[in-house]
This record gives sequence, structure tokens and C-alpha cells, in this order.
Amino acid sequence: MTMLLHQLSFEQRVFWRSKEAAVFVFVFPLLLYALLGSVYSDEIDGVPAADVLLAGLFGYGAANTAFAGLAIILVGRREAGTLKRLRTTPLSPATYAAAVLLSTLVIFTLQAVALLVLGGVVFDASMPANWAGFAGAIVLGVACFAGLGIGAAALIRSAEGVSAVVNVVVLPMAFLSGSFGPTRDYPSALQAVADVLPLTYFLDVVEGVYLEGDSLFAQPGALAVIVAWGVLGLAVAARRFSWMPRER
Amino acid sequence: MSAIVVRDLRKSYDGIEALRGVSFEVARGEVFGLLGPNGAGKTTAVEILEGYRSRDEGEVSVLGHDPGHAPRDLRERIGVVLQHSELSPLLTVREVHRLFAGYYERPRDVDDVIELVGLAEKRDARVRTLSGGQKRRLDLGVALVGDPDLVFLDEPTTGFDPAARRSAWEMIRSLRELGKTVLLTTHYLDEAQQLADRVAVIRAGQIVRTGAPAELVGGSRTAEIRFRRNGELVVVETDEPTRVLNELTAEALADGVELERLEVRRPTLEDVYLELVDEESAP
Repeated sequence: MTMLLHQLSFEQRVFWRSKEAAVFVFVFPLLLYALLGSVYSDEIDGVPAADVLLAGLFGYGAANTAFAGLAIILVGRREAGTLKRLRTTPLSPATYAAAVLLSTLVIFTLQAVALLVLGGVVFDASMPANWAGFAGAIVLGVACFAGLGIGAAALIRSAEGVSAVVNVVVLPMAFLSGSFGPTRDYPSALQAVADVLPLTYFLDVVEGVYLEGDSLFAQPGALAVIVAWGVLGLAVAARRFSWMPRER
Repeated sequence: MSAIVVRDLRKSYDGIEALRGVSFEVARGEVFGLLGPNGAGKTTAVEILEGYRSRDEGEVSVLGHDPGHAPRDLRERIGVVLQHSELSPLLTVREVHRLFAGYYERPRDVDDVIELVGLAEKRDARVRTLSGGQKRRLDLGVALVGDPDLVFLDEPTTGFDPAARRSAWEMIRSLRELGKTVLLTTHYLDEAQQLADRVAVIRAGQIVRTGAPAELVGGSRTAEIRFRRNGELVVVETDEPTRVLNELTAEALADGVELERLEVRRPTLEDVYLELVDEESAP
């Protein structure tokens, strides 16, 4: 436990010192919310645009922080030999993984709070109708997308390419799932793709707890899809993740 | 009791034998050098001992443990300097030492270790601002911060300029004074000669000679007698330099001629090493 907190405190220190990561992971969703919130000022399907976008960017933020952010960190550390070096210390892999995941959870929680503050102060957005459900959605989002992030890290080979690869996944996924606005007018082929993406279902759950005041468990089908994606990511990681850099 | 025991260690990658039956022992408190050209199998052997790689065959014991299971007790007591590993570039020298100190039950004092590896002036500098040599010192400091009994150094000075090598050697010598057991791999003969109590020369996955650096030369009895006759160089290789020299000089005295530029030389360690690792003289 002491070692977990020790590692967590250093994970946080490293994250906030890394300007690139802090801007890309933490500031970018907030920036998009500020931009899109200024463009859509009315209502979307009878709901204030500020609320719809807040839910959308909350979902994008979860994918960006836990999937993209984590994959970038893990691939970078693996290829630099940092993970390999840790293997011969008494720090256990489980404790290390727990510290990295908790650190991601801390970052996304702060981001969610920042989204609420930005929305509430600037765009007069609503506060969550179900606070406990909203908090649960933070954990659910980090768990699902971190599972996928670790799986992606196991498949991505080079530290140079990892940012590009994860963004090619995350940005189209966020667009198709409706993070940046309603998808009602999208061609049916694109909607069909959206129907299998985890972010689509995550946004359904988020809108439920945030706007309707639903329980986190109100949509078991959506929940099952989200969990299945997370488990798929972990299954890939269990088979393919290595602590060793690729042979040079 | 030996710190490291390796018996008939074998390892293949994709059908290529990287280690073909390697055996050696390292005593406690000894600085042991694994010397050989690139690709000889040094790093494979060391990474099996560190617990990174599995072995195909053979017995391995590191501080009484099987490194294949990499138990925590073993990880508490070893320090590792890898050929390529980066520590967080955004942390300071002191923070990286504190981070690693937190992993061990009985770490050394962080500031003492920083002093020991000569980074006191860089204590508060970010890792990314350090030079290559300073980063290597940082690697060593981090390897020592858990107060290990056994330290693995994989090619600790590759790519260093001569001054940086000298100072790295000083540091490695100081490990001996601390009573640490050290397993060092290197492809530099002079490094093994300067630092190691004993050396195993490894070539193509096999150990071809083990002994103190001086013994490696002593094991080869061949001597060279060189002189010039009518301006032409004559070289006589012999296992009996006393007798051959006596005959040569007796002959010359009888003829009343001088053996110009007469010298008797023993092969240097470098000659022996090059002979041992020469592909042509493969066993």
C-alpha cells in the first residue's frame, strides 16, 4: 500500500511535468468544449447544447485520457527500457499497474470536474442529475478505456508512431459516437460503425446519469458492451504485452 | 558459498544457439568479468541471471535463488545496470533515486548514493539535461540505492570517451570496497583487465577460458624470439624459449655475428584474447 502511494505520487509528478501530455490529455477536451460550446448555443433535440456537448466531451475525455494517454505512456516507457528496468526491482507488476491506473483515474476525475466548472460558469450547463452515477461513470470510463489502452500498447510497436496511431482511433471514434454533436444525420454506414464502438454506449450511459438522473446500471445492454470492450483489451494485453523493448 | 553458479547453461532463439553449455561461478565479493566480442552471448547469459529471460537447459543459482522465478527476495538484493534503459527524463537526479529507494526494504541514504556516483552537483538537475556519462552514473546510483549484494553491469562504458571511462572505472572499483559482488560484461579487454578479479572469455556461446587476467596469459606458454638477419626479420615461435635462445646465441657466437635487434617477447593479454576469440581458431 505504501509502495502504491509512493509510485502514484511519482506518476502524478511526471504527468503534470510533461507539458505535452498535460496539454494533449488534460487541456484538449476542455479546449474542444470551449470551442464547440461557443458554436452550438441553442438546443439539440430539446436539450441545451451545452449539456449535450458536456456529456460528449466527457466521453471523449475518458477515451483520450485512459486509452490514448495510457497507450502513449506505456509504449514510450516500454521502448525506453523503463519497464524492463523496473522488473528487477522489488516493485511488483501488479502494484505498478495499479499505480498507473489510479493516476489515470485521478487525471480524468480532475478533467471531469474542470468540464463541469467550465460548463457551469461559461455555458450555464446543468450539473449532474445523479452525482453518484456520474462519479461511477468516471470509474467505468477509465476502466473500459484503460483496458483498451493497455491492449493497444501491446500491439503498437514503435514509440514514434504511438501518438499518431491512437489519435487515428480516438478522434474518428469520438466523431462517430457523437462526442462532438448529434449523429442523427450521418450516413447509415457510419451509424452502423458507431453501433459497435464502446464510446457510443458509454455516451448513452453518461447521458442517462448526467441528464436524466438514471442509475449507472439503468442500461444493462450498454454496460455489457462497455465491459466487453474493456475485457477484450485486457485479453489482448494478457497475450501480447511485454515489459521488454522490441529487439534493436 | 558462491554468489552465482551457472552450470551447462543453454539457450536458443529460433533454432540459433546463443548459449551452448556455459558454466562459471562467481564468489561473493568478487568482481567477475564476462569478456567477449559483440554477439558472443554475454547479454543473453546476464539477462538469464537477472531473470529477464528463460533458459532452455542448465542450472542457475543467483544468491541461492533460481532467477527464472524472479522472487522478490532476490530482487531486493540485486542491482542492475542495463545496456539501454532510460529513467524518467522529467524527474531530477534526487527524485529518481528517491523513487527507486522507495521500492526497497532497506535502502541506502539517497544523498550518500548520489555523492558516491559523483552526481552531487547535479542533484536537482532534470534527468533529460544530463550528459551520456552522467546518465550512466545515474543508472549506477539507482542500481545501488537498494544496497544490493550483487550488481550486474552490462557493458557499463560502451560509447564513453576515455575520460568518462576512467571515472566509470573508479566507480566500479569503489563497489569492490563496498564489498559488493559484481558481474560485469564487456567487449573491452582493458576494461576486464583493469576491473575484474577473474575473467571468463566467451565466444560464440561458449566459454573458452576462465581465470585471473594474468593467468589467461600465463596459460599460453608460447614465446616469440625476434631478431634480424641481414636486415630481414626472423620470428621463431617456441614453447621452449630457453633452449631455443641458447642454441641461437651459441650459433651466432660461434660464427662471430651479432643477432641484430634480438628480443624475446611473451604474448600480451591482447594477443591471447584475439587468438581466443578469433573465428578462424574456432573450437
